Amino acid sequence: MIRTRCEVLSNRRTGAYHSLTLVAPDIADRAKPGQFVQIAVPEGRETLLRRPFSIHQASRRGGWAGTLEIVLDARGRGTAWLAEARTHDVLDVIGPLGRGFSYAADLGSCLLVGGGYGGAPLFFLAEELRARNKLVGMILGARDHERVFKPIEGKRLADTMVITTEDGTMGERGRVTDVLDATLARTGAQVVYACGPNAMLRAVAERCAVRGIPCQVAVEELMACGLGVCWTCAVPVVGRDGRGWWNMRACVEGPVFNGSRIWWDRWLGERPAEPASSAPEPERIHRPEAAEVRP
Amino acid sequence: MNGEPDLGASLAVGLNGVSFPTPVLAASGCFNSGREMAGIVDLHRIGGVVTKSVTLHPTKGLPVPRMAETPSGMLNAIGLQNPGVEGFLQKEGPFIGAAGIPVVVSIAGRSVEEFSQVTLRIRDLPGVVAIEANISCPNVERRNQVFACHPGDAAEVIGAMSRLTRLPIFAKLTADVTDIVAVAEACVRAGAHGLSLINTLLGMAIDTETFRPRLGAVTGGLSGPAIRPVAVRCVYQVAQALPDVPIIGMGGIRSPNDAVEFLLAGAWAVQVGTANFFDPGVMIDIGEGIRRFLNARGLSSPADIRGKARLPDRVAEPAYRRG
Ligand SMILES: Cc1cc2nc3c(=O)[nH]c(=O)nc-3n(C[C@H](O)[C@H](O)[C@H](O)COP(=O)(O)OP(=O)(O)OC[C@H]3O[C@@H](n4cnc5c(N)ncnc54)[C@H](O)[C@@H]3O)c2cc1C
Ligand SMILES: Cc1cc2nc3c(=O)[nH]c(=O)nc-3n(C[C@H](O)[C@H](O)[C@H](O)COP(=O)(O)O)c2cc1C
Ligand code: FES
Repeated sequence: MIRTRCEVLSNRRTGAYHSLTLVAPDIADRAKPGQFVQIAVPEGRETLLRRPFSIHQASRRGGWAGTLEIVLDARGRGTAWLAEARTHDVLDVIGPLGRGFSYAADLGSCLLVGGGYGGAPLFFLAEELRARNKLVGMILGARDHERVFKPIEGKRLADTMVITTEDGTMGERGRVTDVLDATLARTGAQVVYACGPNAMLRAVAERCAVRGIPCQVAVEELMACGLGVCWTCAVPVVGRDGRGWWNMRACVEGPVFNGSRIWWDRWLGERPAEPASSAPEPERIHRPEAAEVRP
Repeated sequence: MNGEPDLGASLAVGLNGVSFPTPVLAASGCFNSGREMAGIVDLHRIGGVVTKSVTLHPTKGLPVPRMAETPSGMLNAIGLQNPGVEGFLQKEGPFIGAAGIPVVVSIAGRSVEEFSQVTLRIRDLPGVVAIEANISCPNVERRNQVFACHPGDAAEVIGAMSRLTRLPIFAKLTADVTDIVAVAEACVRAGAHGLSLINTLLGMAIDTETFRPRLGAVTGGLSGPAIRPVAVRCVYQVAQALPDVPIIGMGGIRSPNDAVEFLLAGAWAVQVGTANFFDPGVMIDIGEGIRRFLNARGLSSPADIRGKARLPDRVAEPAYRRG
């Protein structure tokens, strides 16, 4: 784990997302697919905490050239601020953090399933698996074509690629789980790696459990520290023998977990998924647009 | 000696028999025991670590979401997740013994008996210089009323613990009371060596889109700069009433000036919690900042500014103090 101040090399749009490349040789050298970094967003604007982002690429070209790439979806104060970062800006970054994806040496074929920006860490994983001559299938899903993560690069990277959008503007209309069974059958994947919204991870993990295919999921949970000291990022995990459970820290024992060991009902069961429907319609609330947040 | 820079003021502080190399310690629940942070922070340059509160039995904690960022603060509702005292001794014991820094073990419980049982099990752990009694916990024997909200209940816990160990006990108080001085006095009479103030303030936040509380547990503890004025006030009030009792002040400290403010109000040392999440090195910077502050004024020790806030000759009567 390293804390450094890194220069922003570039900030590009990729579909609905922003892709930030940082000069961070020390972190890049150690980074493994599935790990994340904690980036400081300015205090001053009432925010107190860093923001966690998966590592999308780490190029370890040695020495000063090592770079790190993260992808962000500008949705709140911190991400809106980061989305405006310019070349030569300096960011305070801690990483690499957490435990990444793992694979057996004799793995032959696998399937990577990404939802939205959840595709980002899977590209890093796909490159590593390809370099070790594994067969890599990929499903990328999103609400619409803008949110399908780097479809063209993905097609180049993966041996098999299936795209789904909920509105049908790219690939097949539907969700990743609609094409999961068929793609598993077609690719003969022995293991599934997934990253995306927690509800998607749950659906993928449950489908894999039915088919008896191991599934590793990279989860998102609120993180105050990201360093393993505060126990904010609790994910309930069932014991290996299926008995007993304990809240694990997504920031150090995760964010990648064995999907069949997460107690999904307890974890996501009561999580508010969408706006209250039976509640009276709230008056229009002023919600600042991203551009408004930064003076 | 030769070649060593003259740093001027010494940061070391003595709290009536317990000493720390700097007056800046890590607050409970925000640093674990220091093991995770050792890779990124030089622990020898901070005053010490107060561990995550440990309970008699393993505690799984509360459902997520456990945190909500609020203006200049955060709410947390972790629910004292910890492996229980046996798990704690196994997992953290060897580190605490070998770390070579002062460690204060924070103990929590839901009954006097639980506090006592944990005290018995950790009192001989090497590396431990003091105990902090987190009495901002609900008391199952008193309809879940918080110990620290009732002088009698608080005194009962502290009395029971202090009969079991010679380790100095710091009672950690909550500001969610009408009269914090009364609780502080009761704890000291029962045998508390010192006082740690303050714990988080109970708060709540509601998502206006979903109409749901932002914490899984509905309410939780507010920490960070948002609570600092309340904390400074508590330290001031207690220090005025009990000038000889060591006070460790905390609540929203993230800069050297913030820490100096607590010392001026009457704290002997400070703890830093939430600010570590943003800046793991912050406690070292605060220590060095205090040193610069003292040097600039020709002072030699943090004790030189303790309780030195210059109060007006006559402090206004309490009746209309709020506006
Ligand atoms: C391990 C991990 C990897 C992640 N990878 C990415 C990524 O590659 N790209 C990306 O765009 N986003 C990623 N996220 C989500 C990202 O951290 C949040 O979108 C971001 O923190 C929101 O900050 P904000 O200030 O814009 O929003 P605000 O709503 O203002 O944030 C308020 C608080 O809630 C937290 N928060 C809000 N949403 C989330 C969330 N979904 N997950 C965790 N914390 C949240 C913030 O960190 C902050 O503490 C990841 C989250 C985790 C835990
Ligand atoms: C995530 C979190 C967990 C905490 N856990 C504990 C705890 O286990 N025991 C305790 O006495 N205080 C706990 N606290 C309170 C802090 O020790 C401290 O009293 C409070 O946060 C105020 O200081 P700060 O504003 O510097 O964080 C916790 C605070 C936070 C933010
Ligand atoms: S975010 Fe603090 S322990 Fe994981």
